[in-house]
Amino acid sequence: MNPQSIPTPIGEDDLHAQADGRLAGPRRLEVDHWLASHPQEAGQVAAWRAQNALLHRAYDNILDAPLPARLLDASRPAAAANHWSWRIAAVVAWLAVGGVIGYWLRGDAGLSPDSRGLASLPHQAAIAHAVYSPEVRHPVEVGAEQEAHLSAWLSKRLGGPLKPPHLENAGYALVGGRLLPGEGAAGGGAVAQFMYQATNGRRLTLYVRNDASGSRETAFRTAEEGGIRVFYWLDGRFGYALSGESAAFTSAELLRVATLIYRQINP
Amino acid sequence: MHSRDAIVAEIPRLRRYAHALLGEANRADDLVQDTLERALSRWRLWQPLRGQGTPRAWLFAIMHNLFINQIKAGKAVEFRPDDELPDLPTRPTQEDALGLRDLTRALASLPGDQREILLLIGLEELSYQEAAKVLGVPIGTVMSRLSRARARLRGVLDEETGGGLLKVIK
Repeated sequence: MNPQSIPTPIGEDDLHAQADGRLAGPRRLEVDHWLASHPQEAGQVAAWRAQNALLHRAYDNILDAPLPARLLDASRPAAAANHWSWRIAAVVAWLAVGGVIGYWLRGDAGLSPDSRGLASLPHQAAIAHAVYSPEVRHPVEVGAEQEAHLSAWLSKRLGGPLKPPHLENAGYALVGGRLLPGEGAAGGGAVAQFMYQATNGRRLTLYVRNDASGSRETAFRTAEEGGIRVFYWLDGRFGYALSGESAAFTSAELLRVATLIYRQINP
Repeated sequence: MHSRDAIVAEIPRLRRYAHALLGEANRADDLVQDTLERALSRWRLWQPLRGQGTPRAWLFAIMHNLFINQIKAGKAVEFRPDDELPDLPTRPTQEDALGLRDLTRALASLPGDQREILLLIGLEELSYQEAAKVLGVPIGTVMSRLSRARARLRGVLDEETGGGLLKVIK
């Protein structure tokens, strides 16, 4: 069937589309032609066009008006300043309620009294993650290019052989590491933090603490604090905690990486 | 940053629409601000569609949902015309000023859903498909609602101005 031989009847939708300039060439001509012999509908289309023009005349000046600062502030991506300050606030909040977390973990029947110190591991690790992982210029003290030095230095300070696990196969490159203060004399003074980065910029940190009280091993445990997901475990003299932002890392992904780390430490 | 620029670029249009929708600049900017905040909290959701042009329709859809929620929550979102007309870059002629006052009064008399469709199509120049997506209704609903809104606006303007307003700018 040749559509041109049987003209499609012109309906109200066509008239709106004509007023709004939404018709393609041939149909527009067809409707124009039809309107020429239908003055009432032509008047309607003209009135609708006039409405559109009136709306533009009334409100287009807003397009050129300077934007209020509050709207520019509101359009700042959450990933940058806002999100970060929120997270700092969250970190500060747990510092305030740290005692509550300790109390809560005390009630965990699965924990031996000996491992009570374990409670602070994810907490400390998450804080360290929150503080250092957004760093652009100084994410680490010693970069991955000096890996041998990094290992030797941290091994000496933590009092035991320590090498950063290699996670390239999982998609994370070592950025480097830094030395952090621990919880004091009893908990072993020094802590190491290794940082890893995926190609899309997401960062993981591995927090390693010398728990010093002999050989112990625990299963993986998970915690989530202030938007940071932590997998942690004890293995030999060290306690390990792998942290990533909850919004960026699923539990499954962290578990995968934590397993890889565990296997490298225990070949 | 690309994502921010794309959103910032839409702010003037969001403001124009909100102002026409609510009739008053401060409440309009409140709605725009809520829209931007919600958009940024969900920015990741839009990312996969990023190849498909600007976030305009997505932002209008967010604003529509906020507008509807406000109405449902019984907040006073009904159109309240400015005491003063928006500042125009050039001084309006007396005829313009009167005409615009008639227009804001006429818009105020339309139900919210008719005002939305009238503005999305007539002022923001969204296609009928885009408007259907923004409002979450079938295209047939867009057309019938648009038809009612235009008839009503025309009726109110004719009543107020004896048809003079629309004749002036034909």
